[in-house]
Amino acid sequence: MIHDALIAPFTDFAFMRRALAAVIALSLGGAPIGVFLMLRRMSLVGDAMAHAILPGAAIGFLLSGLNLFAMTTGGLIAGFAVALLAGLVSRSTGVKEDASLATFYLASLALGVTIVSIKGTNVDLLHVLFGNILAMDDPTLLLVAINATITLLVLALIYRPLVIESVDPLFLRTVSRAGGTAHLVFLALIVVNLVSGFQALGTLLAVGLMILPAGIARFWSRDITPMICIAVVSAIVSGYVGLVLSFQTRIPTGPAIILVAAALYAASVLFGSVGGMVRQLFPAPHLEA
Amino acid sequence: MSAQVQFSDVTLGYDRHPAVHHLTGEIASGALLAVIGPNGAGKSTLFRGLVGILRPLAGAILTGAVDARDIAYLPQSADIDRSFPISVFDFVGTGLWRTTGVFGGIGRAARDRIARALAAVGLTGFENRGIGTLSGGQMQRLLFARVLLQDARLIVLDEPFNAIDAKTSADLMALVEHWHAEQRTVIAALHDMDLVRHHFPDTLLLAREPVAWGATAEVLTADNLSAARRMCEAFDERAAACHVDPVSSKAA
Repeated sequence: MIHDALIAPFTDFAFMRRALAAVIALSLGGAPIGVFLMLRRMSLVGDAMAHAILPGAAIGFLLSGLNLFAMTTGGLIAGFAVALLAGLVSRSTGVKEDASLATFYLASLALGVTIVSIKGTNVDLLHVLFGNILAMDDPTLLLVAINATITLLVLALIYRPLVIESVDPLFLRTVSRAGGTAHLVFLALIVVNLVSGFQALGTLLAVGLMILPAGIARFWSRDITPMICIAVVSAIVSGYVGLVLSFQTRIPTGPAIILVAAALYAASVLFGSVGGMVRQLFPAPHLEA
Repeated sequence: MSAQVQFSDVTLGYDRHPAVHHLTGEIASGALLAVIGPNGAGKSTLFRGLVGILRPLAGAILTGAVDARDIAYLPQSADIDRSFPISVFDFVGTGLWRTTGVFGGIGRAARDRIARALAAVGLTGFENRGIGTLSGGQMQRLLFARVLLQDARLIVLDEPFNAIDAKTSADLMALVEHWHAEQRTVIAALHDMDLVRHHFPDTLLLAREPVAWGATAEVLTADNLSAARRMCEAFDERAAACHVDPVSSKAA
């Protein structure tokens, strides 16, 4: 019975196995990025970037139809362009990053919607907006896995300057020039992971598997390393439970995964060991010193 | 002793408005220099220029053999995100950047150095606490520990004892004297005249323009101090371009 509900879908159907593999890869790459987005108070930046990807993907779609490689390449180019332009403008003019990014992503989103509506059908639009993790073919899955690998390797390379830049940017500026590079590389990693998520969850929900696990992790740890581990694990759990839920009910897969993550988040807000509401209502006695 | 820092007709400021105007002079290697002056006199601006995060509008600041990595800078209002989940140990450890860089590991020797730095500022036992849990004075001790680890030839402290109690500032001042004894060049912006008289051999009195620069006893006269107060005139939005300096050299 339990086997039928929790394991059989994956042993019986190849598309479910691929979906599970995709969700695990997405979690490994996206969740650590999400933790940094949250700690750098950039949670909504991810959202903005997701919209910025749209015109690139739409142009890829215009040129070669529903070809995920073309759409991914287009999305990467658009996302990098917006991220780098916004980053450069804010670094060279002193305009706050969020303000310059907002400008670029709104222009980009308008362009993307224009392009999709010139040629696309409603079905295409739905696919672009919500993705379809159950339709993962092997090349796409490979792409998602490569993206996750690149993300983890690059994150390891820029980890130290990225952390110091998050805590004390002025200090890093006085000892090294790595801060600016680390920041731009980090923006690029956001794009890479959004493009991956975009295949599976669509432009609107791609950020979900990055930000929600980070939000969950914040309620269970005070230190960044365990925070990243918790975020990855909760993203994988959300993905797995979401897939099972979607298989057994009529809930579409992408929203199911994000809803499970949201439920975990709600539970963390209530019962989390670091600042959870229940913990605050019934505090342990204070210490002697 | 040879000069560690040379200011040659430096003007520093924001949007063409000078905050430090036509400063010329030099700081000897191993000097212990207090920079005093009213609020808005340009002390912080001078330091920002000195450590290289603000480009001079005119003139040049020459730090000679000391490169940017050999300068430890403690800003007045450190732009530190104290909600970031990083431990005291790791935070202080970033002071070892010059030896570890982006990839270098923190070995046993480095751990010992971090532990000794924390002990020197009286923060032993705080290693695993988050930086968000520290008080203002403890945070300042933490920042001094990081400066200690930076092991820099030139140490620039911008109002290090603001809002710090007497015990803490005495402890930290002892560290400053220790650095002085080690022949490091230390420059500190201060408001406590007694502290300056007791501990700093040299003083620069700044009020946008240098009012006096030399031995502390000769600088800290009633005449100089009141002159400094008068000279900190209000910001003039429509100030004309300054023509005092005919050969404005490009900053290095």
